[in-house]
Amino acid sequence: MAHAHEPKPRVGLFATCLVDLIRPSIGFAAAKLIEESGCEVVVPSQTCCGQPAFNSGDRATARALALQAIDAFQGVDYVVAPSGSCAGQLKKHYPELFAGEPDLARRAEAFSEKVYELVSFLVDVRGVSAVKARFDGAVTYHDSCAGLRELGIKTQPRKLLDSVEGLTVCEMKDPDVCCGFGGTFSVKYGEISDAIVSKKIENISASNAPTLLAGDLGCLMNMAGKLQRLGRPVKARHVAEVLAGMGDEPAIGEPARR
Amino acid sequence: MTIHVPTSPAFKDNAHEALRDPALQRALGNVESGFIAKRRKAADKLPEFEALRDAARDIKNHTLAHLDLYLEAYEKRVTEAGGHVHFAPTADNARKIVIDICKRVGARTIAKGKSMISEEIDLNGHLEAAGVTPVETDLGEYIIQLRGERPSHIVAPVIHLNRDQIEENFRAAHEGLPEDRDLSAPESLLAEARAMLRKKFLAADVGMTGANFLVAETGTSVVVTNEGNGDLSQTLPKVHIVLASIEKLVPTLDDVSQMLRVLARSATGQDITVYTTFSTGPRREADVDGPGEYHVILLDNGRSSMLGGEFREMLRCIRCAACMNHCPVYHAVGGHAYGWVYPGPMGSVLSPSLIGVDKAGHLPNASTFCGRCESVCPVRIPLPKLMRHWREKEFERHLSPATVRSGLKVWSFFARRPGLYRFATRIGMRALALAGRGKGRFASLPLAGGWTGTRDFAAPQGDTFQAQWRARAGR
Repeated sequence: MAHAHEPKPRVGLFATCLVDLIRPSIGFAAAKLIEESGCEVVVPSQTCCGQPAFNSGDRATARALALQAIDAFQGVDYVVAPSGSCAGQLKKHYPELFAGEPDLARRAEAFSEKVYELVSFLVDVRGVSAVKARFDGAVTYHDSCAGLRELGIKTQPRKLLDSVEGLTVCEMKDPDVCCGFGGTFSVKYGEISDAIVSKKIENISASNAPTLLAGDLGCLMNMAGKLQRLGRPVKARHVAEVLAGMGDEPAIGEPARR
Repeated sequence: MTIHVPTSPAFKDNAHEALRDPALQRALGNVESGFIAKRRKAADKLPEFEALRDAARDIKNHTLAHLDLYLEAYEKRVTEAGGHVHFAPTADNARKIVIDICKRVGARTIAKGKSMISEEIDLNGHLEAAGVTPVETDLGEYIIQLRGERPSHIVAPVIHLNRDQIEENFRAAHEGLPEDRDLSAPESLLAEARAMLRKKFLAADVGMTGANFLVAETGTSVVVTNEGNGDLSQTLPKVHIVLASIEKLVPTLDDVSQMLRVLARSATGQDITVYTTFSTGPRREADVDGPGEYHVILLDNGRSSMLGGEFREMLRCIRCAACMNHCPVYHAVGGHAYGWVYPGPMGSVLSPSLIGVDKAGHLPNASTFCGRCESVCPVRIPLPKLMRHWREKEFERHLSPATVRSGLKVWSFFARRPGLYRFATRIGMRALALAGRGKGRFASLPLAGGWTGTRDFAAPQGDTFQAQWRARAGR
């Protein structure tokens, strides 16, 4: 990743709406990691990738939001999101939205080619093999579905976590099984979503790791919310926060220390 | 007599009941612990498994692209072999053809191999109404019939039951079964069913099987079973009826052997099923056994209209059930909650096509889109994409719930106006953060009861990321 003589690649950080609204510390962790990999980070004005509309069958809104994002991220070399789900929408589903419309499809394709999920960007594009961070204790890692199955993210986060000083990864049973979040599914079919996350929680607890990590805030909020409702002591964090050495923020859903 | 009405419109209530049924939840544990590891092992053992999946997809795509030609060729071969092909555009047509054959030959009982098409057209209730007694000969289907239920899984019909429940059914239904007979081992249940069924095979006037594949090249129907009941159903009675849907066609026997290599591995993790039975026409002069009459009923029931549309890829399905075996929603609620014949992801795409999206509209929505189904489908059907197509149709036709539509409308108003969005969310998140400051999370939130009924919801940290970023960058 030594590109000292070349101009730094310009990375547009797509924070994702959940990170923007609920947990900005993930955005700052992502920016720090991208900068440390030798890139310049910009944050164009943004709202949402449109996935909730796309998955609710509202194609018109999904298309409008896709075009909005494509316009907002013109002029960057890469678009990076700290979420496999949102990156999957940008990378895999934007071109689908404009199939049969050559001009728009070409723009969507050109945009999609620049899109990466954060951790796979660091490892696969920037060649990062280790981070300078410390986190004391065991963690267990949940593979979020879209990152795993749409983008093939499995080894990259584990590779970087291995380089964090003081950290050990304790794999849970079925780390690649859905946590039951599913975006609006978690509210529309709350009872089923709860049944699925309840099984997940048992696997997380059985790993004996006091910390749960994942690459998607939606899944993390779902699992953290269930852990907390059941009074389990496991704390949930986004993998970027730990990799960026920002693992001392209050965990997801935990109060700020005063 | 039972005629089944789809309960798919009540999916949420069905799911609610299923989640509170301890016997069902106990039985569903077997899906996760059984099928998944076996399929993984079988797939890992075969280096060319992924390439075979591509080949299986391509064979089905090719056949569907020329389905008219292959159907004609198939019909010609069946006729040449002395059989009869009946085209049934609707379920009603198919039932009438079966009943007419039974009446003509004076049949009182019909021995049936496992057939999901028979379930699709709800044949048993209609047979009984016409005075013909259907006898299910697949062990699972036999149990289902005793219980007056429908299968909850397309490969393992009684996956929703535990052994003790089946023993109870046998003791209630089998006259002369001694009370002290030990039925605690699954094998003893099987032996008991086998003894009962053997008599019925011999007494049946008509035998019926489904088909896993129909071969255009030879006019052959192919059935895979693990019990051999398919063989008996089609060789002992004097009339054999094959009941199958039009998309079961494949061009050649070579194609069948390719398809068979992915079917059992995907379904049960077997390299191949115990029995693979090929039947072509009625008994020939030199044959020692076989039926005197051979009929094939080819059911359309909405499939030809799927051929020209966005759900065409669903017609590749070979009914292995890998999608439901790997589905977290199916694991949670089981097959009956889906409310009609086909459960799980394949049913969530197929059922709206067959009974209407107005009735089955919940099914394609009740998915997290985790994509595990697509990742194991032997013919690579993009199930989440097809479920999303149904959601689009529901949205276009204003079938999606009003709360969802109005929620989307408000959200999209802001999401499409970045300046206003940043302003409004900044105020909103600051207020929420303040409200949640003490605990860092909410135990209840208005409009999010579906979530906060069972889970806490994390409070925002404070200002939005965009606001903080701009403040730090001095912009």
